[in-house]
Amino acid sequence: MFHIYCPYCEEHREEEEFHPKGQAHIQRPEDPEACSDEAWGDYLFFRDNPRGVHHELWVHAVGCRKFFNITRHTVSYEILETYKMGEQPTITAQNLPGKDKQSGVQAASGGWQTVGARPESEALNDASNQGARV
Amino acid sequence: MSDVREFNTRPAGSPGAESPLAWSFQRQGTPPREAKPGVTLREKAFLGHLVLRGGAIVLDEAVRETLGLALPARPNALVQDASGERSIQWLAPDEWLVIVPGGEEFALESQLRQALGQAHFSIVNVSGGQTVLTLRGENAREVLMKSTPYDIHPQAFPVGKGVSTVFAKATVVLRRPAEDTWELVIRRSFADYCYRWLLDAAAEYGVIVER
Repeated sequence: MFHIYCPYCEEHREEEEFHPKGQAHIQRPEDPEACSDEAWGDYLFFRDNPRGVHHELWVHAVGCRKFFNITRHTVSYEILETYKMGEQPTITAQNLPGKDKQSGVQAASGGWQTVGARPESEALNDASNQGARV
Repeated sequence: MSDVREFNTRPAGSPGAESPLAWSFQRQGTPPREAKPGVTLREKAFLGHLVLRGGAIVLDEAVRETLGLALPARPNALVQDASGERSIQWLAPDEWLVIVPGGEEFALESQLRQALGQAHFSIVNVSGGQTVLTLRGENAREVLMKSTPYDIHPQAFPVGKGVSTVFAKATVVLRRPAEDTWELVIRRSFADYCYRWLLDAAAEYGVIVER
């Protein structure tokens, strides 16, 4: 069982109290009427499935019932950090400590938000970049 | 004054209410009296429960004015008045549980609404939805250790703390108002299950139910 740190309760709680809610930091297209079908489809249906660092939305369902974010390593299952809604992660695929990269793990492309309709950085979402980060 | 309509869920002279455990007491009965019980269970029925939601600063002001208690700002904190009959517990960054003696909750709700005026808040009377069970005795902690994954070692769970957590296969608000007392705030729909779970878990230490 994991002990997960809830940033609102400010203590570690049993995994049983939490539910995962999928990928975090997904942005809704600002003007749905004006965006392309592809962008809208990406926003609605397509999610990252990285091998490496993943940012996820979780809810402390049995405790304070607040949503928050977890940065999790999908290979080792290690929880790298938890942070409140509206905050940005301090650990991403780019700045992950070296040992994780050396163990043959490919960091996720971009690490966060690669399929949303409005990627926060073009560079993170450029497919030709991915090889460079292995 | 806020423009929300209020109504008293238990006006004076209304037919008698039944506690969530009435059916369990009738069907399960209470265990035979032990000479030296390790655990003592008691239901504090018909208390007034209010759930307050809103900003901590406005609510704190209103609660100080009406109840004379400060709103606990720290996570998982529980504050009580001198008699221990009125308490406020932190449930979430914008949510608190207020428990007062039965019959006071409607007046308190009105006073709070008056004090809060047009502020952004919500007050819900959940008195009928939950009940309080107290757990006492030298083996009370052992019973809880079997029932909840939460760390209830005195170091991790001092007096004046309260958490909502997993209890058996249900959820519960667990709080420690005094050195030797644990309180479980259980939902009506889980009441029978929790009661029977507690009787079963406490059987090995000897349990009595005070009524």
